Order: sequence, then structure tokens, then C-alpha cells
Amino acid sequence: MLPTLFSFLYQFGDAFAFLVIASMGLAIIFGMMGVINLAHGEFIMCGAYTTVSLAQLGLPLPLAIAGGALAAGLIGMLIEVTVIRHLYNRPLDSIVATWGLSMIATQGVLIVLGSTMQGVGTPLGSFTVGGFSYSTYRLVLMGIAVLLLAGLYLLFYHTRAGVIARATIQLPRMARAMGVDTGRVYTLTFGLGAALAGLAGGLYAPTMTLVPTMGATFMVESFVTVVIGGGDIFLGAAPAAAILAVIRSGMTAWQGQLFGQIGLLITVIIVIRVLPGGLSGWILGGRK
Amino acid sequence: MPSGSQLAKALRLGVAVAALTASAGLAQDAIKIGVLEDQSGDFAAATMVKVNAITLAAEEINAAGGIGGRPIELVTYDTQSDNTRYQEFMRRVLQSDKVDVVFAGFSSASREAYRPIVNQFDGLAFYNNQYEGGVCDANMIVTGAVPEQQFSTLIPWMMEKYGKNVYTLAADYNFGQISAEWVRNIVEANGGTMVGEEFIPLGVSQFGQSIQNIQAAKPGFVVTLLVGAAQASYYEQAAAANVNLPMASSVNVGQGYEHKRFTPPSLKDMYVTTNFIEEVDTPAAKAFVEKFRARFPDEPYINQEAANSYIAMYLYKQMVERAGTTDRAALLAELAKGDVCFDGPSGKVCLDPKSQHMSHTIYLAKVEADHSISFPTVWENIAPYWLGEAGCDLTKTDPSAQYTPSSPPPAN
Repeated sequence: MLPTLFSFLYQFGDAFAFLVIASMGLAIIFGMMGVINLAHGEFIMCGAYTTVSLAQLGLPLPLAIAGGALAAGLIGMLIEVTVIRHLYNRPLDSIVATWGLSMIATQGVLIVLGSTMQGVGTPLGSFTVGGFSYSTYRLVLMGIAVLLLAGLYLLFYHTRAGVIARATIQLPRMARAMGVDTGRVYTLTFGLGAALAGLAGGLYAPTMTLVPTMGATFMVESFVTVVIGGGDIFLGAAPAAAILAVIRSGMTAWQGQLFGQIGLLITVIIVIRVLPGGLSGWILGGRK
Repeated sequence: MPSGSQLAKALRLGVAVAALTASAGLAQDAIKIGVLEDQSGDFAAATMVKVNAITLAAEEINAAGGIGGRPIELVTYDTQSDNTRYQEFMRRVLQSDKVDVVFAGFSSASREAYRPIVNQFDGLAFYNNQYEGGVCDANMIVTGAVPEQQFSTLIPWMMEKYGKNVYTLAADYNFGQISAEWVRNIVEANGGTMVGEEFIPLGVSQFGQSIQNIQAAKPGFVVTLLVGAAQASYYEQAAAANVNLPMASSVNVGQGYEHKRFTPPSLKDMYVTTNFIEEVDTPAAKAFVEKFRARFPDEPYINQEAANSYIAMYLYKQMVERAGTTDRAALLAELAKGDVCFDGPSGKVCLDPKSQHMSHTIYLAKVEADHSISFPTVWENIAPYWLGEAGCDLTKTDPSAQYTPSSPPPAN
């Protein structure tokens, strides 16, 4: 019985970690700034490619992953200043612009770096619980997903920078009147979102095929999580990831991957029909 | 592509008109070959090399005087791993570019997307990819290997070595579904048991639960029919979880060179039946790889489809030269004689008149722990016999249909 329970918890944790890590960057950029970032997958790809390049140059993997996040974050800030900044309050235009960026990035990488890149291999080996063997690295990913949520919570709710960021998002004019450089806050927030996407790429790079289109495989899951979660990361995206992980791992264990995906998408349809503001909209609405 | 080809088109038109008025020099007209292959998107890693192989063959043929004195002109479009693009560009090459023949397609979904258009305009298309078999269509010539060449060899060999319990992990579209049916039939015919079958939607990259399902089913080996870059993540994840089961495949290594892309030993004990990969150790294969690398030094891998595309160019040349025209009926009349053969990178191959598929020498490639390749066995000269035996005879009728073991040609 115990191995079966562990197996279920492991699969749940694996799905949860993927949903949280894949969607955090998107959730911040959408939740805090209202920008629907269709280039999210390409920030992930950027993080993955940078991580693997650095690791192949001999850097230890954790540092290489940090480098991947940093690179994606810097590029994110650059893009905020040059493109996104001019499209605030024009959500449809920003969708088209980020979609364009995503195509430029995918095709650019294909042309410059070729159609594939050799991977680095998953570190840390495996362990066995009752007849089943598991990858240890995946346990690390689960831990990182939880730490990431805790870290972001501390950042936004218990630091001065977090208060300023939330003030800027809620009442930009008042924040400006109080002396906040709101332009810089937007740049940094977008950069943080991009860096988190890069981190996702770096963390999953050792477990995946490195191709220019790899970001696309994160897109469905991250959008589904953010749509179900609604605007707030902690009240929305995190519980959404937990619920979706149960549905996904349960359905996949029962009937295979296809049903896992069907379950995921049916959940979205039901949730956006019943709770148009997502989970966080429902929780916050209930408070009023 | 846009303005350059427009200009070229205008020029060609001018040349054609001039040639017509002079009512001479018709023999100098270029033979136009449409090339629709994925140069971007999910399949690009496996298919960009096909365009280079076709270019290499065209340059060789042109340097040696063209096809019956007429130079080859390639009309190439990037189909972006997108079935809609195939339909769009197939219409364009047949209707407005008016090509003589089209070389098109990687995934079976893309082939089935464009095939009705080839039928509609009564064109001729070469499909240079291994696939799930069964296309009985006089507008199509298939140079890729089919299940009786890849599975009837591979699966019994694997069952003998690794036991009779088999698990199939297949991409969830026509290729994976029909290939899995072949595997199931062959396993059962050899007294084995399917202990599991799972179909994975294209684009899925996370395999945690599938890996566990496989471990629970305890197969002797896993048949991996995974397609596209996303699904290739399976090998890394299975290796990280220490699944450590032998694998058998008709698509991996020979197309997507996973053994070059992943860190050893994630593909250890992967067995693949293929008619060509760059590691094949014959003089013909070595010579092909050498001239390919001389022309395209940065090519990551010269795969099975590269050889098939190259071979297809020479088969087409031979048929046109024998028929003295590019007219499809005349070409098929040559093919029907049953002696359209070519001695190329993968040894001698011949086209089968009944099915318009190609015979192959099939190599069993084994990936070792350090990801080097060995060849435990070779099956010489296997004919694409299934369609003909099942009742497809394109020399008599053209049903333009795809058949499977569970829906064979209707008995007359």
C-alpha cells in the first residue's frame, strides 16, 4: 500500500512542480501587469539554452540555471523598455506584439543555433520505492516549486520592494505621487516574470529535448494554470496548480496521457464558466 | 522566397514564351521539382536534412547534364511542421508553380493532409519517409520503409532476445495508432502478450506517469513510437528514473538522431530498424556521407530520410529518362515494368509496381551505452509485400486509399 501511496504523491508532486514552475512567470506578468505574454515559452527556451550552454562550458548546474534565469530576466527588462512599455492598457496589442516576439525568437534561434542542441543529462540519479524507481532530480524540482512560492510570497508581502510593486500595480498615480518611479517598477516586475520563466527553462532543461520550439510544450499548462487561478499568484495560481495536478496525475494514472490532457482542459472549461475571475477572483469576491 | 522567386518566375515565363515562339529548345526547359519539407517547427530537427539531400542530388544531376538534358529546378517551401501549410503549398506548387513532381512530407498526418490535393490535380508526389504503410495511391511513390520491413523484422527479433511481454508507447495520431496495430498483431502472431499500450498526444513532454505505468507492467522491452521533439524527452526522463528496459523503434535514431542529442546512456539498448543512418558501414553509405558532408559540413546528422530523398531523385531521373517525358502515366508505365532500381547509399533498391513502394535492406541498429551504434543483424532486400498481398494493385486500379491490417483492401 505504501509504495502505491508514494507513487501517487510523487506523480502529484511532479505535476504540481511542473505547473507551478512553468506558470509563475506568466502569472506575475499577467497578474501584476495585466499583460498576456505569449512569448512566455520563448523566455523559458532562452533560460534552457543559456543554462545548457553554461553547463557545457563547465559551470556547475545550479549556477548555470541561475545564469539562465538572469539572462531571461535581462532580456525581459530590455523587451519591457523597448516594446511592452508602449502597450500598457492595450491588452490585445500586447498579445500580438508578444506573439510576434515569440515567433522571432523561435525562428531566430533555429537559424542561428540550428534545429537542436545537445542536452546535459539529468543529475542526481534515481532511487527505488517498492518496485518502482524514480528520478531524484524530480524531487528537487518539487522542493524548488514550494520554495519558489514561499520566496515570492515573502518578496511581495514582506519586503519594501514588494509593497512598492503592489502599490504601483493597484494605484499607479498615487504611487507616483508618493515618489515611486513606476516605470522602473514595471520594468523590474516584467524582468522578474521573465527571469522566473527562464528559471523554469533552466530547471527543466536537463530533462528535456532542447529545440527552438520547446517553449510551446510549457504553454498549455502555464496558461491553464493562470486562467484557472486568476489574477493573484498565491490565492490563485498556487491552488490552481494543486487542483490541476490532482486531476492530471489521477486521470493519467487511470487512462493515460490523453485523458490527463482532456481532464486538464475540461477543468478549465468548467472553471471559467462557473468562476470567470478564476479561483482568486472567487476567493477575493467572497471576502467582500 | 517572395521577390526573388517572383522575378525568377517572370524570367522563366519569358524564357518559355521565347522557346515556344522559336518552337525549339523545348528540351532545354527545366524540370521543376516541388520540395515541401518542414524547415521549422516541431519536426525540423529530423527534416531539414531532407532538403539538403534533395539539393545535393539535384546539383549532382545538373552537373552531369540534368535529366535527359533538362536541368532540375527546385521549388522549395517551408511547411513549418504544419498540416495546413502542406495543403496550401501543395496547391501552390501544383497549380501556380506547375511543378512536374513534388517531394513532400514527414509526418503521416501531413501526408494524409496533402494526398487528396495531389489526387485532385492528378499530380505525382514522392513521400520519402518511413511510415505506417498501406497507402495504395497511383499518385504517390513511397521510398520510405513500411511495417513489413521494419516491424516484421524487429519485433520477432526483440521477442526472441528480451521475452514475449511487450509495451508500446506511441504518438497519438495515424502513424502511432496504425504502427501500434502492426506491433500488436506481430506480437500476438508470435505468441507474445501486449502488457500495455499508451498513446501520447503530440507535443507532450512530461512522462512521469507513463514511466510508472511501464514499470508496473514489467515488459521485456518497450516499443517507442514517439514522434517530434517534445516527445523525445521521454528517453531522458526514463533514463533518469532508471527504467533500464531495452527499447525497439521504427522511428527513433534513424530520423531524430536521439543518440546524438541526449547524454549517454539514456538511449542504451535502443534497437531500431532502418534502411540507412550515417553510421552504416558499407562503402556506398560511407561515400554518400562523405560527399554529403563535403557539400553541407554543418549537417548535424544524415538520417534515413536524407538517403531516401536522395534515392528518390535518382529514381525519378531514371523513370523520366526511360519514358522520355514527365507525364505521370508514362512514368508509371515504366514503373510497372518492375525494374526501376537504384544502387545508392543504402544498397540496391527497387520500386514495386503493385504498391509503388520500395524494397529495402534493413539494418538493425543498436545504441550502446556510450551511444555508439552497432549492427547486430541485417535483413537483405526486403520487398514491400504487404499491400500487394492484401490486394492493392496500382497497375490495374487506383483506389487512392490507405489500408491497415484491420481495414485491408476490399476483396473483389
